[in-house]
Amino acid sequence: MIKSLQRRESELADSKRQQEILANGIFKSGELPKFADKIAETNQFPLKARKLEILQINVGYMCNQVCAHCHVDAGPDRKEIMTKATMQEILDVVQQTGAHTLDLTGGAPEMNPNFRWFVEEASRLGVEDFIVRSNLTIIRANKAYHDLPEFFKNHNIHVVSSMPHWTKGKTDKQRGDGVFDKSIQALLDLNAVGYGMPDSPLKLDLVYNPSGAFLPGDQVSLQKDFKKALLEDFGIYFHQLFALTNLPISRFLDYLIASENYEDYMYALVEAYNPAAVRNVMCTNTLSVSWDGYLYDCDFNQMLQIPVNSSAKHISEYKTELLEGRHIAISQHCYGCTAGAGSSCQGSVT
Amino acid sequence: MQKTYYDPADLKKFGSISEWNEELGAKFFEYYGKVFEEGSLTAREKSLIALAVAHTIQCPYCIDAYTGDGLQRGITKEEMIEALHVAGAIRGGASLVHGVQMMNKVNKLEM
Repeated sequence: MIKSLQRRESELADSKRQQEILANGIFKSGELPKFADKIAETNQFPLKARKLEILQINVGYMCNQVCAHCHVDAGPDRKEIMTKATMQEILDVVQQTGAHTLDLTGGAPEMNPNFRWFVEEASRLGVEDFIVRSNLTIIRANKAYHDLPEFFKNHNIHVVSSMPHWTKGKTDKQRGDGVFDKSIQALLDLNAVGYGMPDSPLKLDLVYNPSGAFLPGDQVSLQKDFKKALLEDFGIYFHQLFALTNLPISRFLDYLIASENYEDYMYALVEAYNPAAVRNVMCTNTLSVSWDGYLYDCDFNQMLQIPVNSSAKHISEYKTELLEGRHIAISQHCYGCTAGAGSSCQGSVT
Repeated sequence: MQKTYYDPADLKKFGSISEWNEELGAKFFEYYGKVFEEGSLTAREKSLIALAVAHTIQCPYCIDAYTGDGLQRGITKEEMIEALHVAGAIRGGASLVHGVQMMNKVNKLEM
């Protein structure tokens, strides 16, 4: 298993160093346009937050996997975990936000010791769509997690899980040895309780990230190929596939630099820039809450520690009027969300 | 003077061939786009054919383009190399099948 950047004491474990890389080099020299200048070409600068629809909560960076591309730099060694007190602060404001979607992410959110309590409490708040981003393997990690499919079902959770490919080789290369087999078993466990089955209200969606320095292909075509292969090879069903672009931060940035792909990848992102995708980028209707309760425009800004442009910087200070209409904090990593058909935690945006 | 015959950056300028003949350029790119649409063959299958042909005609631009296209479509390296072996087999076979001509001639002329 590879180690997190933090464990390796890599200079990229420092978010400021990542910000420097994104601000300098080919962008400082003018070889490529800065994201702010690019969106200004179509009068979309400054990018402003619209009505909040999705509250994405990162309950901790601890994970049982160490994926090569992880933008969180998550892993078993990460100790940042949301406390019950912060969870309570979030529960206190969920209804006030008016968000129709609650989206729990990590790390492996299930590893937070108060995960089940939080899900039970939050599911009573009546949000329309309650997402848990499960890495699948956690369900098979040990007996304590084997009942997760039932638990998810009992709370009408919408399960969204990562699956970079329908073959073992590509999956294990990105997510670690043995991940593919465990993921397949977990998907079968989810199917067994009704998740992902045709016409089932128990939603099971998969997330595809390219396993290398290239952009995702067409989401519809990939979904078709995933569905065919997983059904034929394993008898697995799922609903939708979301094709996400890897953003050049954290471990993926480390990979890009180490493999000498950074500049070519940034060129590819800039060349694939789609002004139509800017309108629907997720930061315009999402608020990301970190494990310690701080507010960010998205999970990526959270990892780069770029705070929201608002006097309300913590969930305890939440006020709709202080956050709606705020100017989104942007940098060159934002090209990842505007390339091609666009990319968000809910897949393509155009 | 340019030191190499091929420049990877030229691939991105492919569309500029229309500048010297707009009508034929436009017709070509319309045809090209149509060819690669989903049809009786999937776009994925067409991408693999393109990759094999690219190697047969040894076009570095096409190899670059269709290797990247294949990765984006989730085509595996196992599928890519099998496609190349198809190209290699046909190409090798094309040489060897002419051996029949050679053998015919030898058989005719030799005592």
